[in-house]
Amino acid sequence: MSNQIIQGVLLGGYYALIACGLSFMFSVMRIINLAHGSLAVLSAYALWWLASRFHIPPFAGLLIVLPLMAVIGWALQRFLLERSARGGALLPILTTFGLAIVIDNMLFEQFGADTRSLAPFIGSLSYDSWEWPGSIYVGKLAVIMFFAAVVLLGGLQLFLSRTGLGRAIRATSEDPDTAGLVGVDARRANAVAAAIALVTVGLAGAFLGMRATFDPYAGTPQLLFAFEAAVIGGAGSLWGTLIGGIVLALAQTLGAQVHPQGFLIGGHAVFLIVLFVRLSMAGLSLRSLFNPPSRSAS
Amino acid sequence: MSAASPVIERGTATSRIAGVAVAVIIALLAFAPQFLSAGAVDRMTALFIYVILAAMWNALAGFGGLVSVGQQVFFGLGAYFAIRLADAGLNPFLALFASGIIVGAVSWPLSLIMLRLRNGEFAIGMWVIAALTHLLVNLDRLVQGETGTSLISLNVYDASARRLTIYWLALASMTALLAILFGLLRGSTGAAIRAIRDNEDAAASVGVRVTGTKRLLFVLAAFGIGIAGALWLATSITFQPKTYFNVQWTAYMIFMVLVGGIGTFEGAILGAVVFFLIETWFGGAGVWYLVGLGATAVLFSLFLPRGLWGTIEERFGLRLLPVGYRVRLATDVVDPAGNDTQPQHTTTDRETA
Repeated sequence: MSNQIIQGVLLGGYYALIACGLSFMFSVMRIINLAHGSLAVLSAYALWWLASRFHIPPFAGLLIVLPLMAVIGWALQRFLLERSARGGALLPILTTFGLAIVIDNMLFEQFGADTRSLAPFIGSLSYDSWEWPGSIYVGKLAVIMFFAAVVLLGGLQLFLSRTGLGRAIRATSEDPDTAGLVGVDARRANAVAAAIALVTVGLAGAFLGMRATFDPYAGTPQLLFAFEAAVIGGAGSLWGTLIGGIVLALAQTLGAQVHPQGFLIGGHAVFLIVLFVRLSMAGLSLRSLFNPPSRSAS
Repeated sequence: MSAASPVIERGTATSRIAGVAVAVIIALLAFAPQFLSAGAVDRMTALFIYVILAAMWNALAGFGGLVSVGQQVFFGLGAYFAIRLADAGLNPFLALFASGIIVGAVSWPLSLIMLRLRNGEFAIGMWVIAALTHLLVNLDRLVQGETGTSLISLNVYDASARRLTIYWLALASMTALLAILFGLLRGSTGAAIRAIRDNEDAAASVGVRVTGTKRLLFVLAAFGIGIAGALWLATSITFQPKTYFNVQWTAYMIFMVLVGGIGTFEGAILGAVVFFLIETWFGGAGVWYLVGLGATAVLFSLFLPRGLWGTIEERFGLRLLPVGYRVRLATDVVDPAGNDTQPQHTTTDRETA
């Protein structure tokens, strides 16, 4: 049992990775990017393509893909989100949903329905494990993933609280107009935030490809996992995302023990329970549900 | 600006003609199967179902301000409950409508939680609900997981009689649901609905029951989409959870409403017709067809957020099926230039309920 718990906690690292971009973007721009999961899968495909076509190992491929994701994030904000956000809070949902459909089907068109994985390109890392006391075996990849999540979340936290750009982003997320009055370029801050968010998405996509298989329509479950982890963990800071990811992963692991179909059901169920409890406690106000990490960083 | 008192009107000459035209069209559609081939009857049935989907999603998003990406949950549940009821021995045609009522009933407790979420949280929260419901339906022995099952009891009817009955049921359901929505929008609830659409906080501050009104739209949309799912099941007979709980249904709804004109009664219908034509012509293009739908939805939301009908309405002041009132200054009627360039002016002109 303790073995399952450890595996669950480590899987939570992956969920935290994929959730942090979503909640970061929401906290800054108040937009939930429905193309989030599809973009992660896009990154996984890019790495797969580099590896299978040009024999670039996935970790080296990240040096190409992550800057590319940053550019995509910047362009996404400048050309799509900024424009649609002007039309109210509902339009960005529709725009990003349309984008997700475009990405999913383009991937299908390009790569077909076959499931792919990055595991064949990372050598023994995909199955190597360490033995911990009590004859518990933990996958090296899972541990790397977990620490990548911790480093990424910590790095984001430091960036937001210690650097000028981070402060500008936080100011913009609090109140773009007032931030503009004191000389913060809100457009630039938003574009930078979107670029950062997409770098984290690219990294999450890489780990998705290494730890499991993916296909062109794998984006939807990733989006739902990210959203669930972000909402479950929404109580505190960016670290809440990590806790949310761990809770989600533990619920899924537990669900899988109960019933063969229980993995996903367990995750969704714990999300709804947390949502219900949070809503009953919060009364009518829901502002704190999807907590902006930037606030607590101050 | 003269002191002439403004004229408040609801129907215009065009709208009265349009009202008659609608009645004539529905009557013609009722007799149409006499002259249509079997395949054409099936396609028209699909069109009626699309109109229901578009109108219901528009009621929720365009009027209630609730964008849901999980409406396929009601589509799937509509089909699932119909299967369940028919399996329990209910007449399959009755089961279709009983199923819609059950879906509406299920959506009410769901609304208690979901309506407290806002914007994107609501959108994606509904998606989670749809994913979870899909998994739970898969657990039902009768459905046999993704293998699915069929509405076998429909097979006792002769194929052509069945086709015609489903056609008329779809036509009647569409007409009834559109009439309910139209009546709702024209009545006092309609004033509340439009107030919420335009500014939720302001509406609440003048005493509009925001949550109650939204709940009404949520349940109506669930009921309508449930009926649509059940009707779809009746036309295709087989029930595979993956097909019915697919997010593509919501994608279609979004496409139809965005292209037609979000928040306009006529727009959703126009959008459904446009979607139907595109599907007829390009549906065979497979993946590129879906890419095109997604891209069109993005382009419309970026460059023509009011959709085709919203733009026509604004440009020509045309109103076929008016659900609001409009105020015209009697002496100052003709000022097309000002009308065209000032959106704010048109808003007051548009629907002052």
